[in-house]
Amino acid sequence: MYYVYRCWSRDRTDHRASIGKLTRQNLIISTEILLIATLGGEIMAKYNQTEAELETAFQTRIDNEQKIEPKDWMPEAYRKNLIRQMSQHAHSEVIGMQPEGNWITRAPSLKRKAILLAKVQDEAGHGLYLYSSTETLGISRAEMIEALQTGQAKYASIFNYPTQTWGDVGAVGWLVDGAAICNQVSLQRTSYGPYARGMIRICKEESFHQRQGYQIMIELAHGTPEQKKMAQDSLNRFYWPSLMMFGPHDSESAHSAQSMTWKIKRETNDDLRQKFIDQTAPQIEFLGLEHPDKDLQWNEERSNYDNGEINWDEFYSVINGNGHCNRQRIQHHLKAHNEGAWVREAMQAYTEKKRKSSNAA
Amino acid sequence: MAIEKLELFEIFIRSKRGLDHKHAGSLHAEDHEQALKYARDVYTRRSEGVSIWVTRTADICASQEDDSECFFDPSDNKPYRHATYYPLPKAVDNM
Repeated sequence: MYYVYRCWSRDRTDHRASIGKLTRQNLIISTEILLIATLGGEIMAKYNQTEAELETAFQTRIDNEQKIEPKDWMPEAYRKNLIRQMSQHAHSEVIGMQPEGNWITRAPSLKRKAILLAKVQDEAGHGLYLYSSTETLGISRAEMIEALQTGQAKYASIFNYPTQTWGDVGAVGWLVDGAAICNQVSLQRTSYGPYARGMIRICKEESFHQRQGYQIMIELAHGTPEQKKMAQDSLNRFYWPSLMMFGPHDSESAHSAQSMTWKIKRETNDDLRQKFIDQTAPQIEFLGLEHPDKDLQWNEERSNYDNGEINWDEFYSVINGNGHCNRQRIQHHLKAHNEGAWVREAMQAYTEKKRKSSNAA
Repeated sequence: MAIEKLELFEIFIRSKRGLDHKHAGSLHAEDHEQALKYARDVYTRRSEGVSIWVTRTADICASQEDDSECFFDPSDNKPYRHATYYPLPKAVDNM
């Protein structure tokens, strides 16, 4: 009988995935190793099929709408693809705190300050849920954060746009969180169990984010002429970048096809974008604002809106580092990370002290 | 009389793929490995689970029911954390 092992060394680097013929004696030893490993986190699983059989079983499981769980065998590319997508998602939650955090001290009322603070706190929590779920794939949070800080990992490009006015805080909640929710609702059905469960938790918390943003927009749009102008300006600047959040057209998307087969993604970029366009149009209408897309038109035949083309040059330019805030976002993350080092060190020293005194007692 | 040197373990069971592990109960065992086997025999005789987690009861750090008022209190006076705090106009029926 053949056994495939995927092993992680203590620092969790994937140091081997091997197939070997095992005797019964080896099997017993490896069962023990597995159990010890469950404690020490060294070997994550033991499998009793060949790689090709495993791959077939894996895809069958996915085709039958069953979730993949951390200790299941999975193709290396599935694991890598998930790490890329999930860590990017986590980074987006964390970097997303910056444009909104920018307005906490300047929120127009105590109530608005409390609401914004609660929202930013939620984003930190969402980042945490996602980092933890990603860690079940055998990568550490420290590695992911390093990848973010060195630019190897990306985050949602939308956060490279500045929040210049209070209207922008409304537009971010309404449009940016709205677009994120479209995507996340779909991801509640993703094939990786920990990711799907994280999404369910996040979606529950997220609808407050969108609604508080829309309420800001209602107040501004139905306020003084200056306020209405501010709302229109924020809508104009955030509408198109929100559409870009769904990624390139399906025909241009590098990871889409494989991700759909593996059911990491459940709906394509273009389908999700269409949903968002359709649901946003009546919301803009209610606000009494002008729609930023002059080509937007209801298509009776499709029962969808037809829309104007996105400026893809802008999309790629921002992704490739030339947005307004790319450098600032990472610099700020580094600064916050480094300035917080003493807190982490103090907590560790305190734990060490407590451990020593309880040993002495 | 035999002296029992067993420890208490807490058992968590995933009833179906895609669901969280849920606390099922506890049992006495010599170590983690035995706890896992006993849990299989005690808690999953009727296919109640596809995965089991065990942990020493002593390793669980729990909040105190008596302290819950001051432990959880801060979130009680923040109704604005709920979506229902923001009424939606009729024209925009869901969000």
